[in-house]
Amino acid sequence: MNKVIERKMIVPNLHLLTLEAPEVARKIRPGQFVIVRPHDEGERIPLTAADWDAEKGTVSCVFMEVGASTGRLALLKAGDSVPTCVGPLGNATEIANYGTVLCVGGCYGIGSIYPVCRELKRAGNRVLTVLEARSSYLLYWLKEIAQASSQLFNVTRDGSLGAKGHAGKIIDIVKEQRKLPDRVIVNGCTFLMARVSEATRSLGIPTFVNLNPIMIDGTGMCGVCRVTVAGRTRFACVDGPEFNGHDIDWKEFLARRKAYMEEEVLLTRRSAPAEPVHREGKCHS
Amino acid sequence: MNHEESPKEERGKKLDLNRNEMPKQPPVVRRRNFSEVALGYTADLALTEAKRCMQCKKPKCVTGCPVDIDIPGFISHVVKGDFAGGIKKIKETNCLPAVSGRVCPQEMQCESQCVLKNKKGEIAIGRIERFLADWEAANGIAEVPPRAKPSGKKVAVVGSGPAGITVAGDLILLGHEVTVFEALHKAGGVLTYGIPEFRLPKSVVAREVDYVKRLGVEVVTDFVVGKTRTVDELLETYDAIFVGTGAGLPWFMNIPGENLNGVYSANEYLTRMNLMHGYLFPGAATPVKKHTRVAVVGGGNVAMDSARTALRMGAEEVYIVYRRSHAELPARLEESENAEEEGVIFKVLTLPVAYEGDDRGWVRQMECLRMELGEPDASGRRAPIEVKGSNFRISVDAVVCAIGNSPNPLIPSTTSGLEVTKRGTLVADLETGKTTRDRIWAGGDIVTGAATVILAMGAGRKAAKSIHAFLS
Repeated sequence: MNKVIERKMIVPNLHLLTLEAPEVARKIRPGQFVIVRPHDEGERIPLTAADWDAEKGTVSCVFMEVGASTGRLALLKAGDSVPTCVGPLGNATEIANYGTVLCVGGCYGIGSIYPVCRELKRAGNRVLTVLEARSSYLLYWLKEIAQASSQLFNVTRDGSLGAKGHAGKIIDIVKEQRKLPDRVIVNGCTFLMARVSEATRSLGIPTFVNLNPIMIDGTGMCGVCRVTVAGRTRFACVDGPEFNGHDIDWKEFLARRKAYMEEEVLLTRRSAPAEPVHREGKCHS
Repeated sequence: MNHEESPKEERGKKLDLNRNEMPKQPPVVRRRNFSEVALGYTADLALTEAKRCMQCKKPKCVTGCPVDIDIPGFISHVVKGDFAGGIKKIKETNCLPAVSGRVCPQEMQCESQCVLKNKKGEIAIGRIERFLADWEAANGIAEVPPRAKPSGKKVAVVGSGPAGITVAGDLILLGHEVTVFEALHKAGGVLTYGIPEFRLPKSVVAREVDYVKRLGVEVVTDFVVGKTRTVDELLETYDAIFVGTGAGLPWFMNIPGENLNGVYSANEYLTRMNLMHGYLFPGAATPVKKHTRVAVVGGGNVAMDSARTALRMGAEEVYIVYRRSHAELPARLEESENAEEEGVIFKVLTLPVAYEGDDRGWVRQMECLRMELGEPDASGRRAPIEVKGSNFRISVDAVVCAIGNSPNPLIPSTTSGLEVTKRGTLVADLETGKTTRDRIWAGGDIVTGAATVILAMGAGRKAAKSIHAFLS
């Protein structure tokens, strides 16, 4: 059992969930994830850590409300508890002094890229961070991330904050640098990670992405999270979740992520919450 | 039938009887439900079967038992109608009788040694064992044996499968404090995530786990040793550690198309159904797909479990695709027979070489080769040899790969000083379970590679003895 310290919608459809998990908080590092079960017959949901406090014994994650299970998470209130929060799972982002690192965060990945920026800066890197969203009202933690970075860029589809554009604009930012970054790290939706990886390949910049496939146990037992990396089958839960973005078979990865879309719809209908949880009434991703 | 008759007279008479069959759900009914297939002996059947036992002076059956159960001993209690005495006798050496009575391959162990084997049929030892365990459960709470004086010593057990539960049950009675750490959200290991409800009801597993909890064992779920805390960190608080993390890393064949949607490892398929209650979907939240034609690759018990689960999930056709012939199937005869009765189609001497999918990335057919048998290989079974040019296709919408598992590398890779074999198993003394590092023991599949529940329990028992000697 893990107590819910806080659960709030930080921007439409994206929630911050802070759980009491002292053992996990003591150990977790940037890029690692926990598995949370919202209730006793609930699914095991992998969530990448966005923050933690070893002293208070808490772990925070940002998640997007997409289906029935995340819908249940979105109904949690402070003082509730969840039956499972296990971790830290997966390998941590490799933190070293690479020189200049460009970090990209989109969607819930804005949350999970935050500790990556913070630790990279602490390790002496020049950290350039690009946050991407459809519109300014979907961006969050701007102040915290600006502090954890050497320079912050915003890219919005409607141009309401920062540069106007999408993944392509991010590539422009990379190319505009006087000296190309030594490394690129992307956290966010599959589309964003795949597009940025494709673009940095020709520039020869090592690019790492934090994959978010379907998982069950998260400890290497079931193999549902398998992904083809450089022609080899790897398990994202134990071999990843971070991989070289240039080596990933993105088409296969995307197909595997969508495997249960039809079943998700069935569940969403059956478990539609009694009270509305979508403040804006539609999905903004 | 009269239970009052003297056992001696009865025995002479009953020797002419063949082994008593255990009632089962009829195949046409059970192939579509998840209730237990074998219904267990009634008291009458157990008694009749027990009376056939010759009570050998030098019982060979016991030599076939990995945990040395006093088999004639517990059977003699049954003959007297003393079921409580019978189960007590079993529990002296086996703390999971309801489990072993169901899933032990008795036909290769105790029952294979029975002197009646070549006469009227060996005693159905497993069925009597199962009867006693279920009788105990049905008749109130199992008696909790007295605990030795507290030793002040603490033991951590990693993994709550059959090996870990056995070690915990033994050491707690010897006076030590025991904590079991389980990575998943429910205890029981393979008994919980792997073996399906219709073969081993989860209520039976829960009962056995509850029993060790009532003995005083602390069970911590959602705790991944190696991640949440390392073995080295545990050694700061615990005097000894037992590693029983099993063989949980699924093998794939590394053939084209294996990562298509609809291709599962048996671990995934069974975990979805058992641990996550996928068979209740959408009553439980973990989604499962509805499949029509399912091929299960492999010929062991896990393959049979997967195939029979697929039938119960409503598949129209389910195949076992196995590269050797019927005679070499590693599954228990009882399980392959059950599968066949239920309508699983056996495609033996068949080797998958590739999977082909549709434009959405879902598996649609598998390409196979026909095989023939050659000379015996290292395993003693006749080796399968490919028939060149015999390629053919089977249309499927799901494939379950049940070709085996290797140990999960999590503990060896996060603990220094633990020697590992080429197969990824931990090096440990088979008599004591001692690993290559002080204060660490190991047993079960993590040492032997994928094997049986009872062998894991046997290993647990030996390790518990050795740990106790070390702590005393």
